[in-house]
Amino acid sequence: MKRLVVEDIEKCVGCGLCMFACSRKFAKRPEIGNSSSAILPVSLSGFERGATVIFCRACEEPPCAQVCPSGALKPKKGGGVVYVESLCLGCHYCVEACTLNAIFVREDGKIAVCIHCGYCADYCPHGVIAYKEVEA
Amino acid sequence: MRDAVLIIDLDNYTYEVEHRPDLFEKWLGGTGVAVQLMREHMNPKADPLSPENVIVFATGPLTPAYPLASKTVAMFKSPLTGNLGESHAGGRTATSIAAAGYGAIVIKGASKKPVYLVVENDKVYFRDGRVLWGIPDSLIVGRIIAENEPGRGTRTMMRIGGAGEKLVRYSCVTTETYRHYGRLGLGAVFGSKKLKALIVRGRKKYLPADAKKYREVYDEIYRMAIESDAMKKYHLLGTAANVIPLNELKALPTRNLKVARFERAEEISGEALAEYNLGRRIACSHCPVACIHLAALRLPYENEPYFFRTIMISYDYELIYSLGSMLGIGNRDDLLRLIHRVETYGLDAMSTGVCLAWATEALERGIVSEKDTLVKLAFGDVECYLKAIDFIYEQPTDFYRHLAMGVSHAAEVYGGKEFALAFGGNEMPGYHTGYAAVLNYLTGMRHSHLDSAGYSLDQKAKDLSPEETIDRLIEEESWRQTLSSLVVCFFARGIYTPEVISKAFEPLGYSISPDELKKLGREIYREKARLKVDLGFSLDELSIPKRIFETPSLHGKLSENFVNKALEYYRKKLMEML
Ligand code: SF4
Ligand code: SF4
Ligand code: SF4
Repeated sequence: MKRLVVEDIEKCVGCGLCMFACSRKFAKRPEIGNSSSAILPVSLSGFERGATVIFCRACEEPPCAQVCPSGALKPKKGGGVVYVESLCLGCHYCVEACTLNAIFVREDGKIAVCIHCGYCADYCPHGVIAYKEVEA
Repeated sequence: MRDAVLIIDLDNYTYEVEHRPDLFEKWLGGTGVAVQLMREHMNPKADPLSPENVIVFATGPLTPAYPLASKTVAMFKSPLTGNLGESHAGGRTATSIAAAGYGAIVIKGASKKPVYLVVENDKVYFRDGRVLWGIPDSLIVGRIIAENEPGRGTRTMMRIGGAGEKLVRYSCVTTETYRHYGRLGLGAVFGSKKLKALIVRGRKKYLPADAKKYREVYDEIYRMAIESDAMKKYHLLGTAANVIPLNELKALPTRNLKVARFERAEEISGEALAEYNLGRRIACSHCPVACIHLAALRLPYENEPYFFRTIMISYDYELIYSLGSMLGIGNRDDLLRLIHRVETYGLDAMSTGVCLAWATEALERGIVSEKDTLVKLAFGDVECYLKAIDFIYEQPTDFYRHLAMGVSHAAEVYGGKEFALAFGGNEMPGYHTGYAAVLNYLTGMRHSHLDSAGYSLDQKAKDLSPEETIDRLIEEESWRQTLSSLVVCFFARGIYTPEVISKAFEPLGYSISPDELKKLGREIYREKARLKVDLGFSLDELSIPKRIFETPSLHGKLSENFVNKALEYYRKKLMEML
């Protein structure tokens, strides 16, 4: 199973290219901006101290799906979640449930969560993140 | 095109949003739009430090669609020169303003008490800034606000340090800690409005008109950005790569430009900094290049063994020139300490360095005394300069009060104009390359080396006539008006050719040909020249410090006659244009 992984966080320059890429990920309806981005590079109180890249780590037993009242988030085989946008109420229970804060609120109030498609990895100019085969 | 303009009035703590498709369709964004907004909102006679002054932040139509469209243009009336102030910065300013939904933000009036502003999508919050006022260290101010405000990772936070509060005419606005609206005193304009910081955050999305084409053009520009040689220079050593070549060309102003070659240039070169100090590199939002170089400076505590502090300091060519060679500082640790001090107060490094270099020579010549300067300023002596930077902020004597108003002003009061290195009131950038550079400083719309890149023309072409030099400078500056209306990083100018820009617009649903883009640049140039003249710009008031003609440049000793001829020709061109 292929997953988005962090290879070397120390090389992150905070450019946000991964974040902008994520909003472009659907070939049929790419968006400009970061509203639908499910990945967020942040600094450790200033990039001089280093960075963290926040995205879903594909839990085996996803708490976000457990608290989702509408079935919009469902556990995916092998870990992580499937997101059915049309079912999402915008209640943000999942946002609270994720310990990593890896669920983001879009402009329209619905959510963005990483689906491990790997699109962003090609746009990290510094090899911080990669799309790789991992053991389930 | 994103056409919302947010207008914030600090007099009454109100705001409104205007949609201005007319402005953005005609002038794109950035510089082009900012000029028009200044026209609409500011009285040209306004005192720069009065509530009448206006601050415009304008972003461009390619943000956040494409990489390297990463900058924001700030426009205001400069308290340093009394004329048009324009300064560009990256960080997250552009993408955050776009994410909040705006093409531009206009700030008018002045608050009665200190405030900071938070723009979040459609809302503006006026936050009590009294607790933050008086904290001189802009790094600390940034950290406090960061703890209090949401939007980690996507917000921009522009703020001033103590220098802006104290109205030092060359104080800057710092954003994301390491990027600056450095030149021409935007920090003092913030200070005069009792505005400590401006935070912008949001999460707006935009849709391309042609989805497939958009991703294709994006990929094309991205490839160019990571593969092009043009960008490698900034990627590897950063702008500091220029130290050695400029020194070899005898174009690196040293010790107040008594000479243009620094015997210790190697020690403070981009190569040496990269080898011994480079600790990390970071990028502006949506930029794959990451030209921001941070040096790690490890300093021992004198009386406590095994106790160190390590600070990260961003360096660039201009800082190495102004706080290094210009002050005779050839030790890297010394240089980094000076940069850090300037960063702390939120001062413009170039102006600070030039002011201190002049003060040092003025003291040497006995024009001023140690009673004025309080420390024995001497080229190469870091301790005295560290103290003097504190004094520019604290202004304990008349001398420092005058020095805080710029080197032209100080020389007006004390004498020594011949070696006060400013043009049109703006302290000189670090290129003594020849005629094109000098004419660039004199005629550039903001007297910045980046206006028309005279320093580069000097290196490319010899034996140009005065007329040819002016023509080439105007041509370059005109094209740069298009780039700064887009607003793409000037370092990416090799990528964003007229053809590529035209192509980039297509999937966004806007069509403009390469020729139209060039024509637009010339029109914006003219609009800006008009604004500048309205604000009081006159060629007759320009003067050139004698030192420029005494110290040989890359083009040898410069002749006044050549410069005067060129200026006469420029006057003609300007008249025609207006
Ligand atoms: S969003 Fe958070 S809780 Fe849900 S699967 Fe991913 S990491 Fe786990
Ligand atoms: S892997 Fe796909 S969904 Fe996850 S952050 Fe990257 S682009 Fe977004
Ligand atoms: S693209 Fe890479 S370097 Fe840039 S923010 Fe994302 S992880 Fe960091």
